[in-house]
Order: sequence, then structure tokens, then C-alpha cells
Amino acid sequence: MIHLPVVKANGRTFKANPDEAPTHDLRDEIFQLEKEGEWEVMRVPEPYMEVMTKYGRTKKIPVEKTWHHKSCGQCGHIPGYSTSIFWLNREFGLDYHDPTDQTSCTAWNYYASATSNPAAQAAVAMRNFAAAHEVGYFPLIHCGTSFGHYKEVRHALVHQHDLRRKVRDILKRLGKKLVIPEEIVHYSEWVLAMRHRIAERQVIDMSNITATVHPACHYHKLIEEDAIYDSEIYGAQRTAIVTSTLEALGITVGDYSTWYDCCGFGFRHILVSRDFSRSFSVKRKIEKMIEEVNPDITVTHDTGCVTTLDQSQFAGKAHGCKVGLPVMADSQVAALAMGAHPYKVLQLHWHNTDNKPFLEKIGIDYEQKWREFEAEVAKIKAGEKEFMTWDDAK
Amino acid sequence: MALDLSYNKYSDVSYDEKERLFEECKADDRWSHVLYGCYECGICVAACPSARFYDFSPRIIAQAAAREDVDLVYTLMNDSVWDCSQCFSCDRCPRQNSPGQIITVMREVAVRNGLQTAKKALEGYGRIIYKIMSTGSQVSPDMLQPNAFPDWGGHVGEISDNLEVWRKALPPETLHTTETGWVVDDKTIIELYLIWHMTGVMDMIESIDEGLHMILVDVMEEKLEEAGYDVTFD
Repeated sequence: MIHLPVVKANGRTFKANPDEAPTHDLRDEIFQLEKEGEWEVMRVPEPYMEVMTKYGRTKKIPVEKTWHHKSCGQCGHIPGYSTSIFWLNREFGLDYHDPTDQTSCTAWNYYASATSNPAAQAAVAMRNFAAAHEVGYFPLIHCGTSFGHYKEVRHALVHQHDLRRKVRDILKRLGKKLVIPEEIVHYSEWVLAMRHRIAERQVIDMSNITATVHPACHYHKLIEEDAIYDSEIYGAQRTAIVTSTLEALGITVGDYSTWYDCCGFGFRHILVSRDFSRSFSVKRKIEKMIEEVNPDITVTHDTGCVTTLDQSQFAGKAHGCKVGLPVMADSQVAALAMGAHPYKVLQLHWHNTDNKPFLEKIGIDYEQKWREFEAEVAKIKAGEKEFMTWDDAK
Repeated sequence: MALDLSYNKYSDVSYDEKERLFEECKADDRWSHVLYGCYECGICVAACPSARFYDFSPRIIAQAAAREDVDLVYTLMNDSVWDCSQCFSCDRCPRQNSPGQIITVMREVAVRNGLQTAKKALEGYGRIIYKIMSTGSQVSPDMLQPNAFPDWGGHVGEISDNLEVWRKALPPETLHTTETGWVVDDKTIIELYLIWHMTGVMDMIESIDEGLHMILVDVMEEKLEEAGYDVTFD
């Protein structure tokens, strides 16, 4: 095996100039189409925060009045991921909406099976956006694939008049208006933009922690110009997402040679051809992180990435691979730093790879915390309460 | 398994039929925005996770499509496109191609035309299509069964054993579900069914899996009728 040295990108800073960007600013066209009566643009509600994207443009991130577009995989299989996002909003006393008038973006299925088409995919997206608009909240997208796909849909709708007309007709038959958000915002962008406020409320010291970051493909490769970059992070040569958040929490982020690689999710593969997902995830991501950084945890920001990197390690262990690296979402780490309960809020019992050494290293008595969770479960089992509430989770 | 690019494998399929399918790809509105030729530089292959695991090359797919090699495109549409991870790492192409998007279009054509290889690639996947199309969320808590994910270890069994109560031990009220990721309103599901109806998606399902199509039609038509819609999927 050839061992190449890991070249740090931090040494050079890429200075992006929006006037020299290789693409048009899509938002100009979105607002122009509004002037022409093609649709209504949902403005980012004030107050908002501003961040820089790849080509030096500014992107608005709403602080509150957010409509939480939930993720199938997060809610279904790693529910502490979404719960942590909601917990952070509640801790800051922010106004948010957790809708039941929301479907999946259906893009996981689309990328897996192709049993859909652009008109259907765009109609699903615009139905969800219309639902957000009707209740007066702005979409905050939990899933990386939903985020990437909705950007693709927005791009297609701007440039394809026929598709726009077709989707407008469909929405009209559903009794809905054609409305498009001014920005497509991923929750991890909200976490990043809130990072200093989160750090101000930090109660768990994480300065002894080293982490690796896996950026989600559909976040920074699909319509790449919309991802957050920062001259302070990797010299603005890579997206700052997640890394910026962790550094604000005092965590050391280690670099590794396969940072750009996919996690191995594969959409179809993770469900029916996991030999690929397991092998790629363990050999190209987890083993490289351990060999080159030996971190305490790896942190990512998408449904599929948490799932694949976490669940694949069980089979890797059986094959004698270097595994045993806890995997969490940035929302979970941020919530934990602010004192969220590891089982009532982060719901770490839904994760696979052992995360107890990480919890121990940051001074959390995980055995006591588990007993507290079990006590809540016992009350539900005994019929003393129907559900665990937000108050119970404090 | 090594990819057979010898043109022999599908010699029983007429050139006209192969060309018809290729023309269907080219007729897609996205085609001219995702294929601009190919430098043959291999950057897409270097970035591609599937290329490290399978005998798979986004470069060959982009080249075959750009050269309009009808025979080779047909072979790739059958034997290669389903290996793609759809991660779009290949969007690094200096020619501004998106091999991943070319593949998306080729897959759609394969599904619409009911190619046997597409049916084979999606074997075992029908339950997922059923879930997303009928409930509006792709994966559900009750899918976490040990026999479905044996390679994820014993913790899947633990989740499965505690599923009902652990879902109730989630603070967000929308997550107390087991059959869907979250609570989805009936009205919302009806709107989703109407979208499937108006966009011809059910025809694609029929092409790929008639049994699944029949089940979905039964579920959707009943619910639509209850909601006062006179809609059939035939």
C-alpha cells in the first residue's frame, strides 16, 4: 500500500469573488420570475443570519419561524438526530413549526430506483413549500438529500418553463399556490450560523476531543455553489459545514485523506446491496479516519451518512477491520454540549457503534443517564404516562 | 463481476430497439445540460465510490453517451447504471458533465420500458417503493427488524423488541409512530396520491412490478374514494 502524506488545506486561503463566479446567482432569476408573475417567492424571515457560500455570495439563514422539513431516515431510524434539532430550537426559545402536513421529498427513492420523474419530484417539493407558506413558516430542510434535491428542483424550475407550467397546474389542482423559497436552507447551516450562541451556552467541555468530519455529498456536490465556505476553515477550499460548528465548541477537527469521499450510502445499496455500503464505509472512511487521526468521534450532517458510517462498523468488526468510532450528527453534538440528555434527547440507544468511551471522556455518567431514561420508559410501560414529554427530557 | 463490453451480450436485441431507448434518453430535458462531451480525463472515476467496488466507470458511460454508441449505451443501461451510488461526486467533471445525472436519466428510461435488468436490480426493493408511495415517508421504525438488517448486529433486535415504548419515549409529538417516520396528515397523503396520478408515476411502477402496482392502486383508489375523488389509475 502506498502511504501518501495528508496535505493540510489550511495553509492557503481561497478568496472568492462573487463578481467572478462561474454561475449566475439563481436568486436573481427567482425574483425576476416573481416579477413576471410566474410564482411567489417566500422571503427569509427576519431576523436572519448571513453566511458566505462557495463563490463568495451571501446566503440568508433564518433564526426562527422555521418549518422543519423532517427526514425519513432520521425520524425512522435515528430519531435523536431530529429531536436534537428541535431541542436546540426550544432551548433558545425560538418559534418553529414541526408539521404533519409534510411528505418526504421522496428523493431517496428517486436516486435508488428511478421510479419517478422530474414533474413528480418537483410537484412533491412545491407541495411541501406551499404547505410551509400556508402556515407562515420558512422551510428548514433536515435531510442532506432533500436539501440537494430541492436545489436541483429549484434549478430545473427556474430554467424549464414547461416544467414550471406543468407543476403550477398540478399545484392548482391541489388548491395550492406556486411558491418558492428565496433560499434552500439545510439545518446544519442553521447550526453553523448559531454556533457562537450555542458555544455561549456550552456546559460540557469538549476541548479534549478530537473529531473527524464527513461532509455529505448531496450537501456540497449537488449545486455546489450553495454550500457554506469560510476563509477561516480549510482556507475556504472546502466547505466549512460541520467543521466550523465543532471548532466553535472547542473540538479539534483532524484532517484525513478521504475527506471528499462518499460514505457509501448509495440509496439503493444501503437497502438491498449493503455489501458495497459496508465495504466502502469501513475501508475508505472509518479505517482512514482511525489510521490517520484516531479521533474520539466522527461527526456528519446527513441521514444517510450517520446511518452508513455507524451501522457498517458492526460487520467491519467481524472482519477484523479498524472500527469502533462513534458517529453522531452535528445537531446531537451541539445539543450535548449545551447539556442535552444523551438518551432522552440524543437517543443514542438507536445508534450502533459504542459511544460510551466518548461520553466518558467528556465527563458524562452514561450509566446514570441510562437509568434516568429507563425510569421514563418504565413509567410509560406502567401506564403512568402515555409519552415522554419535553419537560420529562430536561 | 467484470463488465462485458463486447457488444455480444445483447446481440439478440435489435439495433432499432436500442436506438429507440437511446433517443428516449436524449429527449429528456436534462440530457443537454448534463452531457457536453468527454475529455476522457478520468476525474469522475477517481472521485467515484462505485468505481472502487464494482467494474464500473462513469467515464465509459459519459463517453458512450457522447459518442452516441447505441450498442454500448444499451449494454451500460442494463449492466452498469444500477451500480452507481448517485452521490454526484462525479460532478467534478471539467467538461461540466454530470455522469450521475446521465445515469439518472438512463435508469428512468430503463424503468419506464420495464427492462429485465432494472427489475432484477430492484428485486427486494418493492417494499420500499410501497412505503414511500403509500405513506409519504421512505423508511419507518418498524422496518428495523433483525432479519432485514442482520449485518447491523444485535442492536437492531433490541430496537425491534422495544420499538413501541422507545417511540413513545421521544419528546417530539410527531415521532410517536412506528409505521411511518412521523405523523403524516390524511389530507397530505391524498395530495401525494394525486401527484402520483397526475405525473404518470404509477405507469412506471406498472412497468417494473405489476404486483406492486396492483397493491398500490388498491390502497390509493380506496383512500381517494373515501376522500371524495373519482380517480382511477388505469
